[in-house]
Amino acid sequence: MPVLERDDAQVWRRRTTGQSLVRWFGWLLGVAVFVYCWQLISASTTWFFVWDAPRIANDIWTRATPPKWDYITQLGRPIWDTLNIATLGTIIALFMAVPVAFLAARNTTPSALFIRPIALLVIVSTRSINSLIWALLLIAIIGPGVFAGVIAIAIRSIGFCAKLLYEAIEEIDHGQVEAITATGASRWQIMAYGIVPQILPAFAGIAVFRWDINIRESTVLGLVGAGGIGLQLSASLNVLAWPQVSLILIVILIAVMISEWVSAKVRGAII
Amino acid sequence: MSHRELDDMLGKGWRKPAFIKNAALRWALIIGFVAYLIAAFMTIDVDWGRVYEGLDRGWAFVLAFTSPDFVSRWSDIWSGLLESIVMTVAASVVGILISIPIGLGAARNIAPLPIYLICRAIVAISRALQEIIVAILLVAIFGFGPLAGFLTLSFATIGFLSKLLAEDIEAMDKVQAEAIKASGARWMQWINYGVQPQVMPRLVGLSMYRIDINFRESAILGLVGAGGIGATLNTAFDRYEYDTAAAILILIIGIVMALEYLSGIIRARVQ
Repeated sequence: MPVLERDDAQVWRRRTTGQSLVRWFGWLLGVAVFVYCWQLISASTTWFFVWDAPRIANDIWTRATPPKWDYITQLGRPIWDTLNIATLGTIIALFMAVPVAFLAARNTTPSALFIRPIALLVIVSTRSINSLIWALLLIAIIGPGVFAGVIAIAIRSIGFCAKLLYEAIEEIDHGQVEAITATGASRWQIMAYGIVPQILPAFAGIAVFRWDINIRESTVLGLVGAGGIGLQLSASLNVLAWPQVSLILIVILIAVMISEWVSAKVRGAII
Repeated sequence: MSHRELDDMLGKGWRKPAFIKNAALRWALIIGFVAYLIAAFMTIDVDWGRVYEGLDRGWAFVLAFTSPDFVSRWSDIWSGLLESIVMTVAASVVGILISIPIGLGAARNIAPLPIYLICRAIVAISRALQEIIVAILLVAIFGFGPLAGFLTLSFATIGFLSKLLAEDIEAMDKVQAEAIKASGARWMQWINYGVQPQVMPRLVGLSMYRIDINFRESAILGLVGAGGIGATLNTAFDRYEYDTAAAILILIIGIVMALEYLSGIIRARVQ
């Protein structure tokens, strides 16, 4: 325990002098990095626009209110497309995530040396790239439209679902697997009766959780041309039709809230 | 022994229990889901000819990953990447600093009701709005450049971190906090010695996770003009320069992997 000698009395200190110095320099370095970053941001900012921002914000607000309510008749199909992108994307992702998860989990992978790293690479690379980027890429490859959006959402979700699922597989109770093995079950029977029942609740939870996130993400996919309500948003933004923009934002907010409510209800019922 | 008696003795064969116990609900869900799937597939019109044509380009893109071109557009890549990192660092610092008081305010067992409601409202607004939509609005208000991206990421960080921090504080051990209060501590001391040590490990872990998310999000903010690598990536896709796009994606994946590795080490140390 570090103590400080002062006037023949020992005073308790939390850290030794060396530890305090290291921490002090750590903080100094952190602050220096932050200040440097801020300077770079500040250098590439037109500060005139920033000082002007309150007026602009006020201007946009007066243009955007009230929302153009009768535009909602044109939003039915885009909302349906958005829902389809999210749901079909989630389903495709789950079909692909299950094998990847089984290959990535330590206790089910056929080969920890060769196959597991490949599965982990698939997980990390699909997870770290945003669905908008996947959409950009897919639009260049298979053309704009809802289909590109579905595939983009599906690819983005594989990594997420597979990661959560393989963590669930690694945490299963080994006793049940052993009991099934002791009955002389084959490899697939062990999978079906020893492992799957244990991860089914987690699987359902992950599916609904990801579906909720996908509803959010699919609302903006249209900004790059991948279908859904984002197409209307970007079209309205391009012609500066602010009353339409505000209506679309309200619709998106309501959709997000409903999906969050549904997902919370379903997860509450499962777990 | 008659057959009936034998059947009674054996009972029915074992069947796997259904995941949803209520049979009517189960069938309603299955039929509704199938009907939805059919409806969804009917409304997605896929231009299979276009998809087939695109396969060549898709294959070209996959091949580009084997020979990524870091060199010919390196200055663009570097400035975009630097801007992304700078935005991530600055926004994470500011977002975390702001989300701590809001997280305290959003915890029901610490904050009085009016403050609790205000903080929860801030969290709800921040979570309901997509990053990219916030970025569009902020670009319209503050002009192009990394400042809009920085503000977007800070805003998104507040919603994410405050909510999880508040939930953690609400789940903390009351006894420990009460003991500090009983020693006559002031409010700040109570927070500092009674609450903070209990939530600190999780706060550090969540902050690391959020830095990771912020970097991934900063990669797409450029699509709407809010600075970062997204603009460079978009240009590369538009010009069909798949080797440059592949290089950028590899860099993003690499940085995300490094961040994940780092956060794993830090989380293991604080817990």
